[in-house]
Amino acid sequence: MYVATKGGERAIDAAHQWLAEERRGDPSVPDLSIPQIREQMKLAVDRVMAEGSLYDPDLAALAIKQARGDLIEAIFLLRAYRTTLPRFGASAPVDTDRMDITRRISATFKDAPGGQILGPTFDYTHRLLNFTLMANGDVPSAQRKESAPIEAPHILSLLDRDGLMEPLPASDETPRDLTREPLEMPADRPLRLQALTRGDEGFVLSMAYSTQRGYGRTHPFVGELRIGTCAVEMEIPELGFAVDIGEIELTECETVNQFTGSKTQPPQFTRGYGLVMGQTERKAISMSLVDRALRWEELGEDDTGAPAQDAEFVLYHCDNIQATGFLEHIKLPHYVDFQSELELIRKIRRDAETAMQEAAE
Amino acid sequence: MTDQAYNFAYLDEATKRMIRRALLKGLAIPGYQVPFASREMPMPYGWGTGGVQVTAACLTPEDTLKVIDQGADDTTNAVSIRKFFERTAEVATSENTSEATIIQTRHRIPEVPLCEGQILVYQVPIPEPLRFLEPRESETRKMHALSEYGLMHVKLYEDIARHGAIATAYAYPVKVEGHYVMDPSPIPKFDNPKLSDNAAIQLFGAGREQRIYALPPYTQVVSLDFEDHPFEPSKADHACDLCGAETSYLDEVITDDQGSRMFVCSDTNYCTTRQDAGHMGRLNQGEPA
Repeated sequence: MYVATKGGERAIDAAHQWLAEERRGDPSVPDLSIPQIREQMKLAVDRVMAEGSLYDPDLAALAIKQARGDLIEAIFLLRAYRTTLPRFGASAPVDTDRMDITRRISATFKDAPGGQILGPTFDYTHRLLNFTLMANGDVPSAQRKESAPIEAPHILSLLDRDGLMEPLPASDETPRDLTREPLEMPADRPLRLQALTRGDEGFVLSMAYSTQRGYGRTHPFVGELRIGTCAVEMEIPELGFAVDIGEIELTECETVNQFTGSKTQPPQFTRGYGLVMGQTERKAISMSLVDRALRWEELGEDDTGAPAQDAEFVLYHCDNIQATGFLEHIKLPHYVDFQSELELIRKIRRDAETAMQEAAE
Repeated sequence: MTDQAYNFAYLDEATKRMIRRALLKGLAIPGYQVPFASREMPMPYGWGTGGVQVTAACLTPEDTLKVIDQGADDTTNAVSIRKFFERTAEVATSENTSEATIIQTRHRIPEVPLCEGQILVYQVPIPEPLRFLEPRESETRKMHALSEYGLMHVKLYEDIARHGAIATAYAYPVKVEGHYVMDPSPIPKFDNPKLSDNAAIQLFGAGREQRIYALPPYTQVVSLDFEDHPFEPSKADHACDLCGAETSYLDEVITDDQGSRMFVCSDTNYCTTRQDAGHMGRLNQGEPA
């Protein structure tokens, strides 16, 4: 006779044990250390920090190890940890003008004050597998040159001075916080940027790519892309001034986009903006394209019905933790709903068959 | 990190207060979807994060918690959520519906009528009953504000024109106190009548969609229908093969590759209680279950 399956609890425990063993893999191979992941899987660590919205390379490396290299799972671990952290306050806005630059390029000017710095980029590497990495290779070392600190003002600010760039209204208003308030529509630009910067790299990339292929085209040029570290300062009320509490690595991208004009404004260039934690260049460029596409309304452009112009579509679907959870939940039991569907389809078929028989007679 | 590092029932008190405010607003405006700042939980979105946050905000150390999924206490996700609260809140748990003060559920309402003082917490995947008719949140909120539900009636009418019946078997839309159309979560429509005039507080949490809504005790809840096509709660036309119950919602279980089936109560606590009281079904003639 049938006895309803019990033992969900034992099954869960056993599955967790199995998972732990699989995560470690062959025990004759040395265990990965957190510093190894942090130092040698840096771009994975950066992505996990950016989409996990928590700047902590060690915890991100731990999350990657625990998640067996599944980056979305690692991002989830970091997010779930972050949500429990107490909030002491907010930092002062980070000044990217004063960034300690490791990479800075402009596609719009051959040279600019501060110069172009390629930095550690894959850009001009030939994508050939380097089999020497399979052996225990030597420690590579790059050539070095002394340099004075680089003064590098934002390149678009130079265009700004000529009035060719759309002016950005400055505001000291505290932006709404996506992680502390529900995302409600219409979302203003600060909220949109918050959602995009923690959005899934693949999703934001594809959205940006779609604008390049004509779905909400914005004619972007990379005005400036910069990567480097910025000091984070916080006002301490007891002290009455801001103190450095650390530094974070950031990637910032500003695009220059096609000019618009109106009856009151002469034509000028418009902009898209991307700012992402870590060395996350693909994401920052993608973000600036999507940001620009989402600005169609305030810039008086037409809604062409492109997905990247649709704020609800982009913002409600860019979060990979929400997406993966809801997608994967369909593997949970649904027998009750399915049973009700079964009964309904049987009833409808019965009615339809009777009707067909009657029609035949 | 030890479990002591987390607050009672996992969430910090400020977050619980934020959720309680949303719950109170929801109770004050039955059926209205209140936006709330849903937190990332240590289980994935879609696994009941909304329900878990609502339960966490309602739990007190004196509570007795029951968790069911598909009507059963022992499905894996129900086990997992129950363990989560055993670990983070150390509350008493029970499988007995009438013993529990808070019941978190996915996809069912227990068979035994609830009573005053009990709270039923639903896990909700898509809180918006109009979502599949109008994908835009900015539009659906307007439609609710204006009670502009023509689109829903057209959908139900088209079902009848095409299939001869309303082709919704679960998450069947209801109207609350004559105003808001509400999604009752994916419960089978068999359970819909239990939503109305229920003595318990019914709370609905949608974590990913960041919405909370509620039905205070004894709220009038009407399943949408037409005069000539009245709403019909339905279940499999059988009795439970284990306890013989004829009025409970049944799961169909395939027992071999010859098309044999059996039908058993989806509410496992209801079924075992009946069996313990000596009720027997077709396939349960005196042997211990």
